[in-house]
Amino acid sequence: MITKRIIPCLDIKNGRTVKGVNFVALRDAGDPVELAALYAKTGADELVFLDISATEERRKTLADLVLRVAEKVNIPFTVGGGISSIEDVAILLQNGADKVSINSSAVKRPVLINELVAKFGSQCITVAIDAKQIDGQWKVHLVGGKVATDLDLFDWAKEVEERGAGEILFTSMDHDGTKNGFANKALAQLTRTVNIPIIASGGAGNITHFADTFKEGNADAALAASVFHFKEIEIPVLKNELQKQGIAMRLV
Amino acid sequence: MKIVIIDYGAGNIQSIKFAIKRLGFTAELSNDPEVIKAADKVIFPGVGEASSAMQKLKATGLHKIVPELKQPVLGICLGMQLMCNYTAEGDTDGLGIFDVSVKRFTNTVKVPQIGWNTIEKLDSVLFKDIKEQEYVYLVHSYYAPIHETTVARSYYELEYSTALQKDNFYGTQFHPEKSSTVGAQILNNFLSL
Repeated sequence: MITKRIIPCLDIKNGRTVKGVNFVALRDAGDPVELAALYAKTGADELVFLDISATEERRKTLADLVLRVAEKVNIPFTVGGGISSIEDVAILLQNGADKVSINSSAVKRPVLINELVAKFGSQCITVAIDAKQIDGQWKVHLVGGKVATDLDLFDWAKEVEERGAGEILFTSMDHDGTKNGFANKALAQLTRTVNIPIIASGGAGNITHFADTFKEGNADAALAASVFHFKEIEIPVLKNELQKQGIAMRLV
Repeated sequence: MKIVIIDYGAGNIQSIKFAIKRLGFTAELSNDPEVIKAADKVIFPGVGEASSAMQKLKATGLHKIVPELKQPVLGICLGMQLMCNYTAEGDTDGLGIFDVSVKRFTNTVKVPQIGWNTIEKLDSVLFKDIKEQEYVYLVHSYYAPIHETTVARSYYELEYSTALQKDNFYGTQFHPEKSSTVGAQILNNFLSL
């Protein structure tokens, strides 16, 4: 039976993890490779690296990081942040990333999804969608939620699927950082709208939130950052508890 | 031991190379028929779309070489599918090593299947020291139905083949290079043949 996936997200700037992490087991908490290997060992099903660097060397730095992660980590990982061309994707996949996620570049030029899918296949193209509610309507936002668009979340999700994306990573900007739980109503509507896997992101604060997003939101995977980085939730404890509640988990 | 990964421009070869390195071996990439024929173990990777991958294979003449190989050969993911008779993806004729036609999951389930699924009814030396119901990582929209060369099964929409074996040819739908310690053991079993 296929399991639900638990995905820690690492924010990366200039090849280092950004958010402070609190791991005594690590020699260098800022090293994404060490942190990734630790998460893999403790039962993470997948990892997401989100690059927020803004330097000119960022492409090369990220490609180098991907190569170092692939060398050490024996679970799948996705890389996102600033990816806007076939060349960007080619080097990341070539260096060992399993999937890439594209966000603003897909909104600006939707045919990019078709081009990437034709070149690399649906299975490695994830489209990340950031959205928040404006007057009760879920609207797609860009630049980490700062710039609103007229795009409706569900229309865009449908289009993303039709253009061939293999998966959607949906972040609710209304929930992100609140630790009050995931956007389960929107997630449930998304899973009714499209027939590709959905990763829920934004709002994880406790174990019940994860259970709710799988049960009520019908998410296929749940992504979180700080609750894992600050050890507020430990992955083995989380997965054991979810399994007890009848949610299929890979226990290690 | 000489391990060769067939390099025909299709797939996540780097991850396979690293997985082999973590087991203490070195793998060489090659599209040279003489180098491939001389290897002790051959890995046939594949990620992406079937018809374009098959075209690349034909362009190098490797579609004739692979079925003739006598040493252990491991096809991974699309590599395994291309070792079958036919795949519905891009209406593509395969290498005909496994006598089965690859089909697409229907939309009664989410397609692609992405994630960790259990393997069972394990029936190959590939799974030495692997327990029934262990988890492996899969990402695919097409599957090989159950037939006489099936040596591992998983369930997604229906029971299907997650591994095939015929003589010296092995195929896994899952990615051993991404399947944590279970995948490493399976890869090690192949390299120990």
